[in-house]
Amino acid sequence: MSGTYLGLPAFPQAARLSTRDEQLRANLRHATHTIRAKRATAIAELSDWPELRAAGTAIKDHTLHHLDHYLEQLETAVTAAGGTVHWAIDADDANRIVTDLIHATGETEVVKVKSMATQEIGLNEALAEAGINAYETDLAELIVQLGNDRPSHILVPAIHKNRTEIRDIFHTHMAAWGRPAPDDLTDEPRDLAEAARLHLREKFLRAKVAVSGANFMIAETGTMVVLESEGNGRMCLTLPETLISVVGIEKTIPTWRDLEVFLQTLPRSSTAERMNPYTTTWTGTTHGDGPRTFHLVLLDNGRTDTLADTTGRQTLRCIRCSACLNVCPVYERAGGHAYGSPYPGPIGAILTPQLRGTTTALDASLPYASTLCGACYDVCPVAIDIPEVLVHLRERIAQGGPTTRHGTKATIKPAKGHATERAAMRAAAWTLDHPAAWTATQRLATRTRALHPRRVPGRTASAWTATRDLPTVPARTFRDWWQHREPDPKDSQQ
Amino acid sequence: MRVALFVTCVNDLLYPDTGRAVVTLLERLGVDVDFPTAQTCCGQPQFNTGYRHQTEPLVHRYAAAFDGYDYIVTPSGSCAAMVRENYPRIARRATTEGRDNGLTRAAATTAPRTYELTEFLVDILGVTDVGAYFPHTVTYHPSCHGLRTLGLRDRPRRLLQAVRGLELRELPGAEECCGFGGTFAVKNPHVSTAMGHDKIHNALTTGAPILCGADNSCLMHIDGLLRRHHTPLRTVHLADILASTEEHPYTAPEKTGNLR
Repeated sequence: MSGTYLGLPAFPQAARLSTRDEQLRANLRHATHTIRAKRATAIAELSDWPELRAAGTAIKDHTLHHLDHYLEQLETAVTAAGGTVHWAIDADDANRIVTDLIHATGETEVVKVKSMATQEIGLNEALAEAGINAYETDLAELIVQLGNDRPSHILVPAIHKNRTEIRDIFHTHMAAWGRPAPDDLTDEPRDLAEAARLHLREKFLRAKVAVSGANFMIAETGTMVVLESEGNGRMCLTLPETLISVVGIEKTIPTWRDLEVFLQTLPRSSTAERMNPYTTTWTGTTHGDGPRTFHLVLLDNGRTDTLADTTGRQTLRCIRCSACLNVCPVYERAGGHAYGSPYPGPIGAILTPQLRGTTTALDASLPYASTLCGACYDVCPVAIDIPEVLVHLRERIAQGGPTTRHGTKATIKPAKGHATERAAMRAAAWTLDHPAAWTATQRLATRTRALHPRRVPGRTASAWTATRDLPTVPARTFRDWWQHREPDPKDSQQ
Repeated sequence: MRVALFVTCVNDLLYPDTGRAVVTLLERLGVDVDFPTAQTCCGQPQFNTGYRHQTEPLVHRYAAAFDGYDYIVTPSGSCAAMVRENYPRIARRATTEGRDNGLTRAAATTAPRTYELTEFLVDILGVTDVGAYFPHTVTYHPSCHGLRTLGLRDRPRRLLQAVRGLELRELPGAEECCGFGGTFAVKNPHVSTAMGHDKIHNALTTGAPILCGADNSCLMHIDGLLRRHHTPLRTVHLADILASTEEHPYTAPEKTGNLR
């Protein structure tokens, strides 16, 4: 994934700082609770939501099962429609392909539709190194880009900013990128939107090349589908001469008919809208209308490795709706940046360590960034059992095991820093498998209870006692009470 | 009907009163309840932290300890969920790794017989009024695994509403996790604490002096925060409330202050 995320601290360390940021937590609480409530209303309107959820799951599973077939069908259809298909094995590969394509046009500026895939590969940074300016046109992405920030939410990348902060960003940074913000800019949403509209209009009318992602790729016709709320995406997709779309291979669906399901579930799950405001579809190129050249870069970047894992592969059903972020109590407190990837929240905690591997401290900490409360699984419109995958990845980190990296089966060693825990778990499992030993352990705990301090040294214990009192160990265990219980008079009569 | 109590390791050592309350309650309802002493722990801490292999002996132990009982009842939604949801999963994974070792049978025989207390009362015994008396105002926190994995829905609330003298106040954000999450509480202490504080804040807005739950591990986390800050709110397990009667009212455990 993107180089901008390298070297970030592990989740618990990042969250230690963000949980202290009262403004951030207030912004997040307000935003996530608002979307959460609206989504629940939008879902409740549909009597067939469980069926839609099951249908979306089945379509995605079927496609993933036959992904080789549908990708070939897609390539054939895109080519027949006048497009060119490129296959990118990883981020570097994809960035090189896109850079070369832009260089070939002779342009040094591109406009961009908001795209998770290009964030994943760090395309903007790669283009900047090649002397190409990439302008984000999604309002929230623009805020993030102008503020030299990182997105913190899949759907609402600037969710961590309030409107006063946004006004300050526009005021300070817009001029360096193009048309400046007006001097008397207020923090009213209408004024902020107007400033962004005028700033972006210049970019749309000047750009000869656009870069996009896609929400869906329809294999039977080679059609790309983008869902967005502002219409800025449609400007990018229709005005420039050259359109380059970078899309993860798992975004494929077999037919137009399948799209019907997701056009109901995606808007409701993400923006809590019954229908998506701007749904743009394009198939190759059309004479006299839209871009004259179309390139599709099909991105793997760890996806076939993920597909090889029987438990983890359900992650690839994800349609990036972000419903799981909005209900996640951990995301709400820690914020999106703590996840150290463009994919934050519960889905990020399982997707990122599968795409990137679990070799860094950050990636190895992500599967533990959850209480397994299950709220994410409940809202997921394609029924990804996120808690199941989290536990599965924890096992890989704690105990090592089989995985697939770069298309090759490998057995990985347990991640560093788990040796003490492993020994403790082993000892506990042995004790619990020997009731006599368990009883002896309990007896020791109850007999020494007067000596138990309120705060205990050691990393694990102090992590508890820094904010919480330990429970008082009672004088007798339950089992002790049971064994010395007065016999029931009814029993002695018999 | 042969009924066994699975008291859970946390209750056995730290909250024995909850186990006693379940025994009192079930016997009052005419159930002959047994406590097989070969039981230890369901293996949830190991499984959820990523030590699946080490849960396998505990699956066997659980199956052996509770062999022959019609029902296994436990006052913990997360432990019941562990048996019902994850034992079959552990067996399936072991089978795919080429070593069943009787795990499939152990999981298949125990999972359907294991019931969380409120499920057992409402679904098997068919009661919601258990004859309890508890003259206090209470707010109820539905722990995540009971709520979502087991789908307990309104069973605990129905039981509480039938308790004489009890006033039940709705907890804002009730379905949000309290932040315990097993080893999450020590692996991510800051987020865990922030979530716990929000849960307490919500409970305090109800004005109820008692926060009731059906999972002592969640209550241990919440209670630990309350006691550290001397917050005037008490945590009480649902079983303690249901066991309380006019003749034998609930008494708070030692060292934690008296009921207001």
